[in-house]
Amino acid sequence: MTTILKHRLFWPSLILVVMLGVNAFTSQQFVTIQDGHLFGTLIDILRGSAPLILVALGMTLVIATGGIDLSVGSVMAISGAVACLLISDLGNQNSIGSVLLIIGVAILVSLALGLWNGALVAIVGIQPIIATLILMVAGRGVAQLITDGQIINVRSDPYSTLASGFFLTMPVAFLIAAGAVALTVLLTRKTALGLLLESVGGSPTASRLAGIGARRITVMVYVVLGGFAGLAGLIASADIKSADSISAGNLIELDAILAVVIGGTALIGGRFSIIGTVLGAIIIQTLRVTVVAVGIPPEANLLFKSVVVVALCLSQSPDFRAKVFGRFKSRPAVEKVGVPA
Amino acid sequence: MGEQSPVLEMTGIRKVFPGVVALDGVDFRLFPGEVHALMGENGAGKSTLIKTLTGVYEIDGGDIKLGGRPVRISGPLQAQQAGVSTVYQEVNLCTNLSVAENIFIGREPRRFGKIQWGKMRQRAAELLARLDLDLDVSAPLSSFSLAIQQMVAIARAIDVDARVLILDEPTSSLDSAEVEQLFRVMRRLKESGVAILFVSHFLDQIYEISDRLTILRNGRLISEHRIEELSQVQLVEKMIGKELAALEDLEDKAQSNRERAAEAKPVLEAKGLGRAGAIAPYDLTIHEGEVVGLAGLLGSGRTELARLLFGADKADSGEVLVDGKRINLRDPQVAMKHRIAFSSENRRTEGIIGELSVRENIILALQAARGWTRPIPRKKQDEIVDKYIKALQIRPADPERPVRNLSGGNQQKVLLARWLITEPRLLIIDEPTRGIDVGAKAEIQRLVAELSDGGMAVLFVSAELEEVLRLSHKIAVLRDRRLVEELENTADVDADRIMQTIASGATS
Repeated sequence: MTTILKHRLFWPSLILVVMLGVNAFTSQQFVTIQDGHLFGTLIDILRGSAPLILVALGMTLVIATGGIDLSVGSVMAISGAVACLLISDLGNQNSIGSVLLIIGVAILVSLALGLWNGALVAIVGIQPIIATLILMVAGRGVAQLITDGQIINVRSDPYSTLASGFFLTMPVAFLIAAGAVALTVLLTRKTALGLLLESVGGSPTASRLAGIGARRITVMVYVVLGGFAGLAGLIASADIKSADSISAGNLIELDAILAVVIGGTALIGGRFSIIGTVLGAIIIQTLRVTVVAVGIPPEANLLFKSVVVVALCLSQSPDFRAKVFGRFKSRPAVEKVGVPA
Repeated sequence: MGEQSPVLEMTGIRKVFPGVVALDGVDFRLFPGEVHALMGENGAGKSTLIKTLTGVYEIDGGDIKLGGRPVRISGPLQAQQAGVSTVYQEVNLCTNLSVAENIFIGREPRRFGKIQWGKMRQRAAELLARLDLDLDVSAPLSSFSLAIQQMVAIARAIDVDARVLILDEPTSSLDSAEVEQLFRVMRRLKESGVAILFVSHFLDQIYEISDRLTILRNGRLISEHRIEELSQVQLVEKMIGKELAALEDLEDKAQSNRERAAEAKPVLEAKGLGRAGAIAPYDLTIHEGEVVGLAGLLGSGRTELARLLFGADKADSGEVLVDGKRINLRDPQVAMKHRIAFSSENRRTEGIIGELSVRENIILALQAARGWTRPIPRKKQDEIVDKYIKALQIRPADPERPVRNLSGGNQQKVLLARWLITEPRLLIIDEPTRGIDVGAKAEIQRLVAELSDGGMAVLFVSAELEEVLRLSHKIAVLRDRRLVEELENTADVDADRIMQTIASGATS
């Protein structure tokens, strides 16, 4: 029992279960079957968390190398803008082949943006927070140039499927995120990539002297994150059937970083946990839903969110846990005596 | 001194870590105005004992009395307030701050909350003058050598009116003149009544400066002696708990292998290899099964020479030939492709990856060479790691423990294991025995001799001449960032002969 209590992810998991319990209690439909697929609040949470899971996954890898990427929101905006612009030009917006091709193009563009970030960090040697700040700011401008400052609406069923479709009773968006999780776990734990990442994050100098091509690995994780952010951008824009360059993915970098931290990956790099990050992302999404479900006034939303986040972070801190739970342990035999000055 | 009462008295100190009893009923006392050496192998409990005294760890049992009054030291600040100051093995200062800032950090002279910079600089200069140092105290600490940084750390420690000064391996990165300077300072402090706890692996230094010593082994107190009561041999035997005749054989062995090595073919040749500001162009040839030792003072370019051969730094002149073919050594990966291995002198920052496990640290270089797409199967990893934990006697023998929790000597063995599993033809090891105990030192030296017997070429860099003499077939002597002489290690070559070359720079 104590080993379960001490597990890093025990408290985050508990908070998630409690919040889901609250939702199960307050919502009329938590999980049911309707129109041949699953339906209800739980399914909404899974569907809605897909973009954040995708971005946070890539962010985990970047943070493991000791880096950070602030530009993910802008990459989402660009990817959505590219896709919607191309789809709106199609003669037949419902052509599955063309839409797939366009999705491919948008992801390629996102990968290229990731390569730009990776090159700035690993080859030019700019600090990650500054390097990605460039694309964070400039990227939104680029997205607006693509859409000519307008919101581009599309009426494409295949495209909407990305966000609102169902496959084998599950939301497509969630399946995409789950696939990305599986891919990332496979990529990092079944190959040596995870070890090399943690090594580079733990000590870049020692890694270089151990013969690890730290540069290539660093570039690679930014490219992977670019791809995931692009995919997230497509899902987000498919959800609203339009490309909104100003608000797409706005501030998602903060939620993604938060998800990584809740999942137990340290911001200084090194050891990382994919499952922890996924849990973190789902918690954040559940929090969003719960706030509405229990009827907390909108102006208190952010406050409520921060209280939960602070509680979560405290529960993860070894020092804090030792202080709180250490009180109940027996004290050492030595009496506390004042130190003479 | 016997009738004086001790300034520090520790009795029955016990400290337990998960799975390990680090200190088991240890007694330790310290009198005013003495230098007291704390002796023991790595993992004997020296560092732990010091850390209980400086407030890094809380004790699980026992009593600490300072000046006759029981105290409970619960943090570094309390330790300092109680008059216990420490200078750690690896300098714990902020190299980006100025010398004066480093000395007064946390207790800057203030008026109305504003720092009095002038006064701070003036007091820093005065303080350093007491140590015979004349520095620009407003220059950043990083602009000074490691030795000077160490002195600054000591200046900081003594300024807080220390009754007890702990010097944990202060000399491991100092050259002999600097050690003398440090000893002068220590003697002066001693006269003023400060009790000094001194830790060093250099026995000669212990005997030169100490009045008394306490020996620990495996977390237990072995004995306490006045220095004149105990010979060096007796001391070493008490430290490792067995006799070490095995070490003595090594020297003869190196001598007898010398001729065989001379017939072997060269593995690596450096021709006119150099890097401006680091090392002047040099020629060096290393043969199969040959141990080449690098001798020279601190800062003579030993490390710089070695790093060029691994591509850790890029040479700006000359060429490197492996098996007679020129290679472009632009980074460590190229060197590894030609099966050259390099273990850095900076174990903590350029060697181990602290938070990764022993297993992960050991397989790291081999995995890097295979590339990330070809992971070493877990079963194979466990086999390799178990084998090397046994062969090198890595303690604790737990492959999943984070490597930062191991002692220095064991971390060094992990690094050696990392490179040995890549089956190098040339192994470059920079200061593998620095800061580690006599027992582990002997093991590492024996290992180097065995490897070269097996045909591996070794470039062995060490600040300890005896060690270089004992192991090497050939010795390259450096002075002022220049390779000044190459000596065959024949019977008539001894430490004096090398010291002469280092001192005069003569090329015979």
